[in-house]
Amino acid sequence: MKTYEQINDRIESGKAVVLTADEIMDYVDKKGLDAAAEEVDVVTTATFGPMCSSGCFLNFGHSKPKIRMSEAWIEDVLVYTGLAAVDVYLGATQLRHGDPANMYPPGEFRYGGGHVIEDLIAGKTLQLFALSYGTDCYPLRELRTYFTINDLNQATMVNPRNCYQNYNVAINCSDKTIYTYMGQLEPNCKNANYCSAGQLSPLLNDPLYDTIGVGTRVWLAGAQGHVYAEGTQHAGACERTEGGVPTGGAGTLALTGDMKQMQPEFVRGVSFRGYGISLAVGVGVPIPILNADILKRTCVRDRDILAPVTDYSHDYPQKTGKILKQVSYEQLRSGEIEIDGKKVNVGSLSSYYKALEIANLLADEIRRGDFQLTAPIAPLPKNVPMKSMIQRAKP
Amino acid sequence: MTSEPVTHKLMLHFPKCECEKPIIYHLVKDYDLVVNVFRAKVTPEEEGYLVLDVTGTEADIDRAMDYVKTFNVQVNFTGKGVIRDEEKCTHCGYCIPYCPTKALHLSDDASREVAYNEADCIECLACIRVCPYGACTSAF
Ligand code: SF4
Ligand code: SF4
Repeated sequence: MKTYEQINDRIESGKAVVLTADEIMDYVDKKGLDAAAEEVDVVTTATFGPMCSSGCFLNFGHSKPKIRMSEAWIEDVLVYTGLAAVDVYLGATQLRHGDPANMYPPGEFRYGGGHVIEDLIAGKTLQLFALSYGTDCYPLRELRTYFTINDLNQATMVNPRNCYQNYNVAINCSDKTIYTYMGQLEPNCKNANYCSAGQLSPLLNDPLYDTIGVGTRVWLAGAQGHVYAEGTQHAGACERTEGGVPTGGAGTLALTGDMKQMQPEFVRGVSFRGYGISLAVGVGVPIPILNADILKRTCVRDRDILAPVTDYSHDYPQKTGKILKQVSYEQLRSGEIEIDGKKVNVGSLSSYYKALEIANLLADEIRRGDFQLTAPIAPLPKNVPMKSMIQRAKP
Repeated sequence: MTSEPVTHKLMLHFPKCECEKPIIYHLVKDYDLVVNVFRAKVTPEEEGYLVLDVTGTEADIDRAMDYVKTFNVQVNFTGKGVIRDEEKCTHCGYCIPYCPTKALHLSDDASREVAYNEADCIECLACIRVCPYGACTSAF
């Protein structure tokens, strides 16, 4: 048994024993669970993949004369201005003005909100164009200027949903190619795509939310951010394996962090042909080894984690709830799964390579004493299921 | 390394700004190479490429390529037009099932790094269409 204080003391003195979720299983197999639980202080987890529910708040400071922006675009991408005068929210999936979208399908979606966020963090100079109706206190009615992230007062990433605990494997049973947020899916179940770091993924290593909660400090694209709430669509009440690992979506995290501290290689705009724009963000989450049970759950392996294969040509869009099959991440990572006796090629949208890099970067930061752990100020709910929309014909 | 002249087919990718330097002139004059250009796109302010044969001794060609690389020019010995930008690639592996020849493949199971073997590329352009990060492009 250890406490957060004890672990933080060891981190501060540079003595903390830190392993990644990719290394811990073999270590525990070798040392035995109880001995390892005494010895290991932190296991680092990570993920890098597209997550559409991402964005950021920006504050530009005041122009002279002042403006209360009522409509604004950054690099021709619309931002939300229903806030104070020079505050905006930029959403990752916003298309650029004039993008033909899927008018001539499949659309290319080369540049949008996610790419603006990537360019901001990369330090590029961007154009702001804003309009206003003008007020006595904010008389300016039109503004065009060029800025970098350093000119802003605040640039705060606010991702309402990140780190999906587990996710679908997408496949297409129809007879024509479909274009989805899970990528391009060829007809007749020719290929399948998944999107999870599996055994390295944060919430799969803490499946019952023992240590990850509201207030947990996380590594967000290189910045020290934190979990500010349960993520949208968080649904802790779900089917789980004996080890407590969900067999579908389940938990999510809402994350925030200072974009001025972020590294551009971990914040990347995503273009899904025929679907739209998204943002991939690198997240690392440390798990304090407070006891042997927590350690045991970080030892989860790809073969123990199941994901539901779902038909994105019918069952997903029509919300039938039908699942074709459960497959393990070990099978998915082999590059081939079997559906109805037929071999199906598998691709990944989430980068295990990057996730591994992040888990190691975070582990190094903790070993150097530069990253302290925080106890949650509130736990993530375990018993709340996901609701569907109620569509009413009358109020 | 022999001093016999050999011929290599090369493709040079120019970043945005280097196109105005007289690189070919220096290849001929300073490195004694015989140059035969097949295909070129060199537009100021844009990325460009040159597909060419160079004939000279291995040593001269090596020195010439070291010189060319000082301009941040990418040298590609297979003459293939499809480039995978190392900086932009996230090694997600999404492109792998779409690549018919396994030119894009996992280099090893532990690191799950995605490798690109130019020699195997048949320039079907599938990866250019599917890569969500714009990491694959074609010069042509
Ligand atoms: S899809 Fe693009 S980013 Fe992903 S591995 Fe292939 S080239 Fe790299
Ligand atoms: S162009 Fe075709 S063959 Fe070449 S790497 Fe891309 S997908 Fe593979």
